[in-house]
Amino acid sequence: MAEIVLTHLVKKYGDGFPAVNDVSLDIADGEFMILVGPSGCGKSTLLRMVVGLEDITSGDLLINGNRVNDLAPRDRNLSMVFQNYALYPHLTVFENIAFPLRLAKGKHTEAQVREKVTQAAGMLELTEHLERKPSNLSGGQRQRVAMGRAIVRDADAFLFDEPLSNLDAKLRGQMRTEISRMQRRLGVTTIYVTHDQIEAMTLGDRVAVLKKGVLQQCASPRELYDQPVNLFVAGFIGSPPMNFLPARVGDGTLSLPFGDVPVGTDLVEKVAGKDVVIVGLRPEHIKDASLGDVTGGARFNATVDVTEWLGNEQYAYIPFEPDPSVQALLEELDRDLDGEGMRTQMVVNLDARSRLREGDDAAFAFDPASMHVFDPETGACLTRDEDLAAQIAREAEEDRRNSLERAKAREAATA
Amino acid sequence: MALRDDVKGTGTYSLIAIPIMIWTIIPLLWTLALSLKSTDALASADANILGNFWPRQVSWENYQLIFTGGASELFLPALRNSIVVCLSATVISVVLATFCAYAIARLQFPGKRMILTTALGVSFFPVIAMVTPLFDVWRNIGLFDTIPGLIIPYLSLTLPLSIWILAAFFQQIPWEMEQAAQVDGATTWQAFRKVIVPLAAPGVFTTGIITFFTAWNDFVFAISLTSDRARTVPAALAFFTGASQFEQPTGGIMAAAVVVTIPVVILVLIFQRRIVAGLTSGAVKG
Ligand SMILES: Nc1ncnc2c1ncn2[C@@H]1O[C@H](COP(=O)(O)OP(=O)(O)OP(=O)(O)O)[C@@H](O)[C@H]1O
Ligand SMILES: [Mg+2]
Repeated sequence: MAEIVLTHLVKKYGDGFPAVNDVSLDIADGEFMILVGPSGCGKSTLLRMVVGLEDITSGDLLINGNRVNDLAPRDRNLSMVFQNYALYPHLTVFENIAFPLRLAKGKHTEAQVREKVTQAAGMLELTEHLERKPSNLSGGQRQRVAMGRAIVRDADAFLFDEPLSNLDAKLRGQMRTEISRMQRRLGVTTIYVTHDQIEAMTLGDRVAVLKKGVLQQCASPRELYDQPVNLFVAGFIGSPPMNFLPARVGDGTLSLPFGDVPVGTDLVEKVAGKDVVIVGLRPEHIKDASLGDVTGGARFNATVDVTEWLGNEQYAYIPFEPDPSVQALLEELDRDLDGEGMRTQMVVNLDARSRLREGDDAAFAFDPASMHVFDPETGACLTRDEDLAAQIAREAEEDRRNSLERAKAREAATA
Repeated sequence: MALRDDVKGTGTYSLIAIPIMIWTIIPLLWTLALSLKSTDALASADANILGNFWPRQVSWENYQLIFTGGASELFLPALRNSIVVCLSATVISVVLATFCAYAIARLQFPGKRMILTTALGVSFFPVIAMVTPLFDVWRNIGLFDTIPGLIIPYLSLTLPLSIWILAAFFQQIPWEMEQAAQVDGATTWQAFRKVIVPLAAPGVFTTGIITFFTAWNDFVFAISLTSDRARTVPAALAFFTGASQFEQPTGGIMAAAVVVTIPVVILVLIFQRRIVAGLTSGAVKG
């Protein structure tokens, strides 16, 4: 059980490149914290600094209020699951899981070791594999052995470095719920590195988004989604990603490539003095107007280029003319996000009922309030509502406490 | 199809392999046959079968000669010296090479490349060129005809190769194994001993065996750097004498050769699979 506090952590590698730059995070006891970001943004480095495998260049790392910057990994009492599991190939599954217990000399009798290992193995459904060697196990089983080794001792926190990235999609889904259940049940502080959207959104109490070593925003998944602080976070969170459209600022309106949208007075004030802004629209906030789900709101007509029907939903792609004044910015953003190419098309997530097909000229509608407006110079979100964000954060914290308590109550009931 | 190809392949390989096997085993069989011949049989072809190859009557007299008879005074101390020298050289060489190779594989330190190139350079050095200078030095500093006086040159012969082999092994072991152990609560030393050394075991065995063989079979150093007290078996064989001045001590030498071959054969049989695993897994990335 531990509270982990990172204050202004910096990591410079030998070549002077700051892989982690001034990151501060408060991780509460029992919290599930996710670190996400594109490849190379310093997630693993940050995690390895916490566990002690990487020296901290500057800043403080506190565990339960004690500064641990200079402690060796073994003295920090954290356990870690590596991306490639790092199981000991010469030991059986039982001995792999028992390894941390055996190292704590004199702390556990042989019987206690056996009991703890059996219990952990039971929890992870490894009981029938205890005498096998890791090389004979499947990927999912190896992953569980690595988790068994992490949970078997009473570590203050669990650290995971992309633990599911080597598994296929189905197994990943299973293990994801497994990890979530286990974390709630044990109530142990957890830091989890991933670059998988779904893992980040479903597992985390809070998600810290990193870009090039700099912390962009740390908030609950809901807040990240609804109230991103900047273009990068808005574009990183959500799948398919948010549409970014250039908009010319007019008199009480924003001119999008598809037409003019009237905006409220407070937004007019915020965009005053700017020529061009970037409007972010989530694909699911744009509707097929012919279905009549949106009354009022902004409407526009456009020609659908391609549609993709997925059963429960449907994507429509609508190309648009990029605005040269923000083109460079959007391209850079795309690169930062490990993008799949230039986004000069808009994605619309339609209801599966929609009968729109390729080449159709269709009417779309969206609520102007669902627009996110970004400053093209700084990338900051101009429409972020701090009060609402604070409220979402409060609710998320409440949810977290409730679910921890529920898990504890369930545990007490079964025990 | 695949099966048929396999079988055909095996046939061809056997055809090539059998002559090679015969070629290599004949000298060994011959040694064994000679060691089992009595003095008479050595001298007369009539007492033997298969064209003077195998004795009609197996005789143990040569073995009696070296273990309890006239040659035992020469042979038994030599055998003891051989065992002591080889085991010590092996243990020291493996321990030193393991540490050195680990440092080379894991740590960044100035002079790392120099150690590796020097090691390689030393192993190219012709052994015979070292003998005379060593003889002079050893005599002056009192190492001549002592057991350490043999162990030291054997170490210098075997350490370079051992270091190279083991460094390749250690480099193959992912860093994360050690880091995982450290997070699990191990000290650097514990991580090394409980994770790295077991994983490098094939390499450790390989180097151990190479060292043992080199020392066990060495003749050049043994004959030049020893006299009565520290003489090992290969050197001692040269000092065997027959029953009379005119009689060659062939039988006794052969018996002694068989006796000293036995540990080698046993070692190879025991560690065969590990050596093979070691040589190949070391070769993948080296
Ligand atoms: N040992 C090292 N020496 C120098 N630079 C390094 C070292 N390790 C990592 N880096 C650099 O630090 C940055 C962050 O690396 P890190 O491994 O933390 O990325 P990551 O976010 O975990 O990426 P991924 O999602 O690909 O695992 C990268 O730009 C990388 O090039
Ligand atoms: Mg990483």
